[in-house]
Amino acid sequence: MDHANLIVGIGGAAGDGVASAGNTLALAVARQGQGVYAYNSYQSVIRGGHSWLRLRVSAQKPLNHGDQIDALIALNQDTLDRHLQELGSGGVALYNSAKIKPSYEPPQGVQLCPLPVPELAPSSKELPVMQNTVAVGAMLRLMGLDFAGLESVISTTFAKKPKVVASNVAAAKAGFDYAGAHFQPLPRQLKPTSQKWALVTGNEVLAMSAAMADCKFYCAYPMSPASAILHWMAAHAKQLGICVRQVEDEISVINMTIGANHAGVRGMCATSGGGFALMTEAIGMAGIMETPVVAINVMRAGPSTGVPTKTEQGDLNQVFGASQGDYPRIIVAPISIPDCFAVIQDAFFLADRYQCPVLVISDLLISEGNETVDPAVFEHIREIDRGETILPSANGELPATNGEPYLRFKNTESGISPRAVPGVPGHLYVAATDEHDEDGVLISDIYTDPVRRKKMVDKRARKMSTVLEHLPPPLFSGPADAEVTLVGWGSTWGVLTEAVERLNAAGITTNHLHVRYLVPFQVREVQKLLGRSRRIIIVENNQSGQFARHLRAETGIAANGHIRKYDGEPFEPKHIVAGVQDILNGKAEIVNVLSTEPGWRTDHPSGTSADWKGRLSGIARAATH
Amino acid sequence: MTTLTAATPRKLEVKDFKADVPPDWCPGCGDFGVLNVLQKACAELEIPPHELLVVSGIGCSSNLPGFFRSYGVHSLHGRALAFATGAKLANHRLTVIVTGGDGDGYGIGLNHFIQAMRRNINLTYIVMNNEIYGLTTGQVSPTSEPGMVTKSTPMGNLEQMLNPLALALASGCGYIARGFSGDPKHLQKLYMDGIQYPGFALIDVFSPCVTFNKQNTYHWFRDHVYRLEDKGHDPTNFHAAMDRAIEWGAKIPIGLFYRNPNPRPSLDKLDPALQGEPLVLKPRGLTAEQRRALVEEFM
Repeated sequence: MDHANLIVGIGGAAGDGVASAGNTLALAVARQGQGVYAYNSYQSVIRGGHSWLRLRVSAQKPLNHGDQIDALIALNQDTLDRHLQELGSGGVALYNSAKIKPSYEPPQGVQLCPLPVPELAPSSKELPVMQNTVAVGAMLRLMGLDFAGLESVISTTFAKKPKVVASNVAAAKAGFDYAGAHFQPLPRQLKPTSQKWALVTGNEVLAMSAAMADCKFYCAYPMSPASAILHWMAAHAKQLGICVRQVEDEISVINMTIGANHAGVRGMCATSGGGFALMTEAIGMAGIMETPVVAINVMRAGPSTGVPTKTEQGDLNQVFGASQGDYPRIIVAPISIPDCFAVIQDAFFLADRYQCPVLVISDLLISEGNETVDPAVFEHIREIDRGETILPSANGELPATNGEPYLRFKNTESGISPRAVPGVPGHLYVAATDEHDEDGVLISDIYTDPVRRKKMVDKRARKMSTVLEHLPPPLFSGPADAEVTLVGWGSTWGVLTEAVERLNAAGITTNHLHVRYLVPFQVREVQKLLGRSRRIIIVENNQSGQFARHLRAETGIAANGHIRKYDGEPFEPKHIVAGVQDILNGKAEIVNVLSTEPGWRTDHPSGTSADWKGRLSGIARAATH
Repeated sequence: MTTLTAATPRKLEVKDFKADVPPDWCPGCGDFGVLNVLQKACAELEIPPHELLVVSGIGCSSNLPGFFRSYGVHSLHGRALAFATGAKLANHRLTVIVTGGDGDGYGIGLNHFIQAMRRNINLTYIVMNNEIYGLTTGQVSPTSEPGMVTKSTPMGNLEQMLNPLALALASGCGYIARGFSGDPKHLQKLYMDGIQYPGFALIDVFSPCVTFNKQNTYHWFRDHVYRLEDKGHDPTNFHAAMDRAIEWGAKIPIGLFYRNPNPRPSLDKLDPALQGEPLVLKPRGLTAEQRRALVEEFM
């Protein structure tokens, strides 16, 4: 990369304010034109545990959280113990010297930056989180950025509490100045730019894009990692005129959402795998009743309760298998946080046009990840096109009917039938989950008729034949005749993009295919692109290779190698590079990647121990792969 | 299919609510009475069929929308109230009636039943209660009496009956009635009051299953039921309503148990997004200014 690129790790227990310290730092650097990508590794506790946020900062926008920290803010002793060893030469470790001391010698060339917080921020006695503000101020100085960005962030964060602004600005400034006077700046300095950035999470983008796509009804049951979509919607409901409801369970969520769509508004819902399991019967209802609906599954590590705060791409089979029987549906996985915007714009368009469920698969990494996005991305809104929906008019006007009786499920050539919604005069019908004829009358009970049953299944299936025309092509980059083709889907796009750069730089020519639409599958395009590949390696965040199986089922193409990860943590670029090398060297056909920190102790419940002498002896042996 | 315009000049009649499809219930089924009376009630209330949405779940009684001329939805087993809630919130001008059976509403859909009452969605819920699972050919229901022998309880039902009326009182329901499909005039009044009540209205209807429930027959109900109106019951008295709701024995009350004298506002009156025009008629999308402001929040 041309621009300096720094990775800051911020760690502490849940409740120490790791996320808010990270957010303050991210916003402060973003307001000086720096791109940010952040990933927070945390546990399902409200207090305690170890929360570890990595913030990658660069004027050239980072696409993933990287794999080597340059700077550390330790908010508790445990964090300093765990992560001090990960710093390389030139790295810095910031901590409150009144509370925390290094337990071992830092690696060579690492600068210890103890901050005398009680002196720098006297209010920290009553408000321990003031240590975070001091540290953020100090870090900004070491990065080479101005104080102005941070001051403005503090002012907007606490806009309604001028006293809090003043004490926080004073603490941050004290940290900033102290670092300038006592520590060496980081060897790679950041330079402010004029680029404007919006700092967003994937969940916020999913929600905001829906609102901009005229979503008027949002319904949810809280479930990590999808809850923040509900939070955004609830916070904006009044201002934007969106009906936002938290209801009793995900069964109710999806049925209400389909009910709202049936009555003519655009409605959306989101959950994670466990909630999605409860939704599946109704998704089939939307299929047979031909009601549009957009439903999001934000994947976390499963099965069952699984690891609620960890990421995985393990629900592909579940989403494919949602509901009994055959029915048309569209399944799409955004590849990055900004891509969530376009995916939702397209999802509403496709749902209305094809009158079918559009299932969006996100994951914890995308949904809870924090990233700066060029605000211009959010200007690409799709014109609101309701397809063949017949909506009621405010003045009760009668839509044209050509004098023919209205058939809600008319057997058209495209399979798409004009959809009147309740309230429109002259178009009465019953929408049924039972099989029905073109006029909506049941053919499941006394009128059972094989010919009509087949006709209606064919009619619905025919809708899918034209969906492909509306889909953007799968993403492909790199030289056509590369030695290796990396294939991914969903959230691995950013990490694969960087891995491809590194592999090419290391002399292994590599290209990259990334699939966004899983159903319908772009068979022809994918076959064409992969037909030229010399060695196909599929990368996915699950154990069994769910995408590899799908690719094979759709195209007949079997991969030559697989890089998989199912330990709860996302891939880092180094994992991909090492995995490709192992496969090329014939070490393995399937590389299962594991994230560990050096000296990790599986014999200790927290993975760590106060006995750092004993632990350090293991560090030399530990693989970081 | 005939069409009806928004500005119907003539008065609505029962035939305006009759679908082209005749009901396929067993001859003598209690649900015929429920359907006929509902058609009369809607005609008398002059509800244009296109502004009426009848939503059902699954079961014999849930086939009702297919025989009723209006907008209809024959949704999933137990989920009619959830579906109808979404539809009502999307277009709160619609008159929404939910129909179903005891298995659908008090068994698989029980959670939605309680939550919909608590939520106070402005719709009318008509439960055709025959105390048996009919469409699946005769298994025990949550409202089957203890000791009742069915295909799934050959040794007799070991469980207590669910009491929908007491449950409704406890869940904040503002209009609670019980009718009998063998007493159509009485039932029609309950329907008309319930549909006009400005909030969630429950009308539990004894609707005998002539094929699978040989215990709770028309004859049995005629012997047991009495009208609350004849006993001077005060339907504005919550505690008196609870006393009547738990009566079950030689005599079983039908009629209006409870009508909240101070109805609490239904959800559509409270949700800020639903004020004024229904959501479905609101202007589409956001203005450029609104969009800019949303993005600005992240900067």
